Amino acid sequence: MAIEIKMPALSPTMTSGTLAKWLVGEGDQVNSGDVIAEIETDKATMEVESVDDGVMAKILIAAGNENVAVGAVIAMLATDGESVDDVATITPQSGPAAPQSPAPASAAPQTPAAPAPSQPAADKTRLFASPLARRIAADRGISLDGIAGSGPYGRILLRDVEAAPTQPASSHHALIEPAIGQTIGQPAGDLRGGSDLLANSQMRKVIAGRLQESKQQAPHFYLTVDCKIDALLAARTALNARAADGVKISVNDMIIRAAAMALMAVPEANTSWEGEYTRRYHHADIAMAVAIDGGLITPIVWAAEQKGLAALSMVTSDLAARARDGALAPNEYTGGSFTISNLGMYGVREFAAVINPPHGAILAVGAGEQRPVVIDGNLSVATVMSVTLSADHRAVDGAVGAQWLKAFKGFVEDPVTMLL
Amino acid sequence: MTDTQFDIAVIGGGPGGYVAAIRAAQLGLKPVVIEREHLGGICLNWGCIPTKALLRAAELRHSIDEMAAFGITVGEVKIDHGAVVKRSRKVAGRLSMGVRHLLKKNKVTVIEAEAKIGSAQGGLRQITLSSGDAVLAKHIIIATGARARALPNIAADGKTVLTYREAMIPETMPESLIIVGSGAIGSEFASFYHDMGVAVTLVEAMDRMLPVEDAEVSDFVQKSFEKRGINVMTGVKLQSVTSDANGVTAVLEGHDKPLQASRMILAVGITGNTENLGLEGTKIRVDRGHITTDEWGATGEAGIYAIGDVTGPPWLAHKASHEGIICVEKIAGMSDVHAIGVGAVPGCTYCRPQVASVGMTEVAAKQAGHDLKVGRFPFAGNGKAIALGDDGGFVKTIFDAKTGELLGAHMVGPEVTELIQGYAIARTLEATEAELMATIFPHPTLSEAMHESVLDAYGRAIHF
Repeated sequence: MAIEIKMPALSPTMTSGTLAKWLVGEGDQVNSGDVIAEIETDKATMEVESVDDGVMAKILIAAGNENVAVGAVIAMLATDGESVDDVATITPQSGPAAPQSPAPASAAPQTPAAPAPSQPAADKTRLFASPLARRIAADRGISLDGIAGSGPYGRILLRDVEAAPTQPASSHHALIEPAIGQTIGQPAGDLRGGSDLLANSQMRKVIAGRLQESKQQAPHFYLTVDCKIDALLAARTALNARAADGVKISVNDMIIRAAAMALMAVPEANTSWEGEYTRRYHHADIAMAVAIDGGLITPIVWAAEQKGLAALSMVTSDLAARARDGALAPNEYTGGSFTISNLGMYGVREFAAVINPPHGAILAVGAGEQRPVVIDGNLSVATVMSVTLSADHRAVDGAVGAQWLKAFKGFVEDPVTMLL
Repeated sequence: MTDTQFDIAVIGGGPGGYVAAIRAAQLGLKPVVIEREHLGGICLNWGCIPTKALLRAAELRHSIDEMAAFGITVGEVKIDHGAVVKRSRKVAGRLSMGVRHLLKKNKVTVIEAEAKIGSAQGGLRQITLSSGDAVLAKHIIIATGARARALPNIAADGKTVLTYREAMIPETMPESLIIVGSGAIGSEFASFYHDMGVAVTLVEAMDRMLPVEDAEVSDFVQKSFEKRGINVMTGVKLQSVTSDANGVTAVLEGHDKPLQASRMILAVGITGNTENLGLEGTKIRVDRGHITTDEWGATGEAGIYAIGDVTGPPWLAHKASHEGIICVEKIAGMSDVHAIGVGAVPGCTYCRPQVASVGMTEVAAKQAGHDLKVGRFPFAGNGKAIALGDDGGFVKTIFDAKTGELLGAHMVGPEVTELIQGYAIARTLEATEAELMATIFPHPTLSEAMHESVLDAYGRAIHF
């Protein structure tokens, strides 16, 4: 019987992905365990293995299609004794536009399994490319996604495909300056401003889409407090002196720990807005923003409140290292309830971060620096770190945010309490 | 003159120049066309259009010979050669007036004079006019066209040895005619004069006639010509030509017997009108009679561009017009301008049988390293062609076997010059064989042969 190959869910919350590449063609023999396609999700490329033996009869979703819904039939496999031609003509029971994924745990909006538009503002259902451009791009394994079309209304033509590098991620076309492009009124010989068009990677677009959505939909409010961290720094030195070999607790680890404890102390802050419902999380699943080549990624420390500082430290250094290597699995960076973004190492004093949906809040951590402080009427010097909480006002009210910050500040300034 | 300062000065009012000027006006620029002789250029006055009027007369004349087959009896046929030529001139005159009207409607200033490019100062360049006046322009487009190329050892006297110009206004029909050069111009004149009852010999230096066309097309046209009684000699070079009041004698290399005829037409190509334009001392390069430009018409001299026949091949009116448009759009700073693609210019020859093509020949496509799928469909398998009584010729299509790109299309037969645009559109839209196959061609039309040729390239022709 013909087998439908469906868009797999690479993480529990994945609703759609980009079919980056087919590694087999129609008519190819496929064995169970063979890698047949590559799928790009938010932040990673994953391989899809066949679970059956057979012959690839028909590829229904061409490489380069974005937003292919989980569960959509992407290809038909002919099994023993079946005619490939017959199978190729079968209409899939579950059409490509009908995702069959079970109701996902998170009620993220479902996206249709249609090819993505070349321009965000354009028609959401079509990518405009000439038939020849489509065919040659498919032959060469080039994704049309990310290629800037030079034809009418941005239509992608053969010349655009030929100008595109074979690796879409490093796409870089230098626009040729027109030889005679002086505008009337501009003195002859004037040089026009040069620029490069850099094709946006899948990750760049995901970041752009998510943050734009966040800033437009989530009403952000910002609360800033200064935390004196001399005690925390001293505790860190003492802890590291006694820690096992290979364990080096960072300030950031202690901030994560303090944030986790604060989320437990103020559970109203550990929420995300889901329209009809507000989701309140059981654990402090804290995402930490890691800058990587071409963007950033937010691996998650699950149930951070249950991890001691040594364990936390090992988890965060492992996540950060694998994030930079691009070796994270989707379920390691999808989900979570709260984000910490630390720019202290760059000397940033304080900043306000954009909430990372579906999280309810993000904590922006500045540099610890010596500042004059007044304690009991006396001027003295302390190491002070300013932190700013950006919270989604739909899920977190100002007073809740303030309570959370107070709790956080308490743990940071009196680090013994966070070790309890 | 009231206006002496312009954004763009176009030198030459042919199909390149006047189109460029109208496009400039559309874009809000202030253009002037400087024309020394007549608006519409060679195309309209001494080329494309008047020859089509002549060939129409020849076609009607030929149709009379076919009447019996349709059951129509025609009485004595007389041809007033003077009237044929007169009508041709009238057609040209009407269209030249039309161009004048179009320029006026678009508020394009027209100056009738010869122009010479002067020096530039402060972003403006001076053009001195033969009238003694001068104008200033920010940009200059040279669109001066071309004229018949002369052969080193043969002088065209305009009476016995003619160029196209005299050949289209004959006062009398010669008894016999030698035509040197079998490109579009030579082949059209051969077809016309033969239909007018003149004994024609067509001499070609290359190994086949219509040498830029696909070899199969050349072969078909040569056989058709020979069947009609036109003497076609290929691979033949002229050694010397002598002429007197009685006619012309041509000695051919390697031939003992000289050719004799009452007149000769030289159709051996063209040379650009680059003289007396003030190009000396500029960075403009003239290579073998034509100005060298980049794909946008830039000459290397700031603010001076060249388009059309005065530049490189193919030397075709529609290519000149398109170059004029993209050159002006570039000057205007439009961003969405694209150079003419390789093989994007269709070519048409209006001899009988008609010839039309776009893109690469089969040989050129192979040389370019493509694996090919080639389709052919004869008009003998096309119902409309048979009904018309004009079923000679074929449609040949050449695809890249790997990508389905339509690399070239070559047609010979009835009205193919009107059909080729279908393939030109397909190429511009980058259709592959799949879209051409999926298109429904109306029945009964000659265009069905275009569909069948595509199907044939993939072994799927239905009617052959």
